[in-house]
Amino acid sequence: MSEHSLRTALGRVSGLGSAKDGTQHWWQQRLSALALLPLAVWFALSVAGLAGAEHAQVKAWVASPVVAVLLLLFVLSGFYHLRLGLQVVIEDYVHAPGAKLALLVLNVFACAGVGLAAAVAVLSLHFRG
Amino acid sequence: MAEFKLPANSKVAAGKTHPAPAGASKPRRFQVYRYDPDGGGNPQLDTYEVDLASCGSMVLDALIKIKNETDPTLTFRRSCREGVCGSCAMNIDGTNTLACTRAIDDVAGDVKIYPLPHLPVIKDLVPDLSTFYAQYASIKPYLQSKSPAPPDRERLQSHADRKKLDGLYECILCACCSTACPSYWWNGDRYLGPAVLLQAYRWLIDSRDETTGERLDELEDPFRLYRCHTIMNCAKTCPKGLNPAKAIAETKKMLLQRRL
Repeated sequence: MSEHSLRTALGRVSGLGSAKDGTQHWWQQRLSALALLPLAVWFALSVAGLAGAEHAQVKAWVASPVVAVLLLLFVLSGFYHLRLGLQVVIEDYVHAPGAKLALLVLNVFACAGVGLAAAVAVLSLHFRG
Repeated sequence: MAEFKLPANSKVAAGKTHPAPAGASKPRRFQVYRYDPDGGGNPQLDTYEVDLASCGSMVLDALIKIKNETDPTLTFRRSCREGVCGSCAMNIDGTNTLACTRAIDDVAGDVKIYPLPHLPVIKDLVPDLSTFYAQYASIKPYLQSKSPAPPDRERLQSHADRKKLDGLYECILCACCSTACPSYWWNGDRYLGPAVLLQAYRWLIDSRDETTGERLDELEDPFRLYRCHTIMNCAKTCPKGLNPAKAIAETKKMLLQRRL
């Protein structure tokens, strides 16, 4: 809406053209949400069941391959979903070009880093206890 | 950042009050947003007391009565006065709608009238819709066909295919939906908005159009299409009862369908 520009409105609206992208992001966000529905419920119920448990009990629980796989799925799809969702929030609200790029990069790095740390914690608990 | 507060020069100040004429039997207060681009001041909210005993039943009737009898400087767009042209779209009692189809009696308390939100204001209730119209032009809102037209008759369409245009062709491009959409407020320079996306889908779904793929290519963009987060303000505010959010969802389904 820069009324000071001498470009035509159609020129401004056309911009740099279509990115021919976005469907993958949208679909992945829905797929990860679908996966998280049962995983989140399972995780919440399981953790509630472990309230007040000793370390040995938690270790025995994560020692099960099924539990370890479900935990990894929950952690990885959760942080992937977080990355996709936060990207949308940044694109929606942050318009200053530098801040936007910095936050988009930070989002990818932070979600990958914290997500992988959580996955390693699950693996460590599973294999070493 | 997205703008959550009005800029200093857009803050609305209290304005003048025009009392009802003596002997008014059914006075009603209308608070109307006024902005004079030549005056240099901030916008203000003027109050007009209108005698409904001698006024039509719609908000547009009251605006026309104010302009004719009280304040000829009041500026607004209007034409058909029957919900077909879309000119008198404005924010009435907190909702974007057409002044000509909004009954005064349906509004509780003072009738507050503002221009459509989050657009540059040219004067009073007249917003600058040039970006909106350019976005409409950008989706090529006309039939595109590579097959030559039959020489002796129109391009035919089955009854079932024609039915797919119901709920789409009725759009009058009043811009009520787009200017009610937070995504359009924050990213209106790149997001096409519900009205234009509904129109785009109207041509995507037209069985006579042969450029569906090219149209989808143009729409497939994180900003042009995917800023829609199904907030549904568009469907809630549409004065014609249409559902742009559904048209956008159907467009996303088409984009998915062609890659699965």
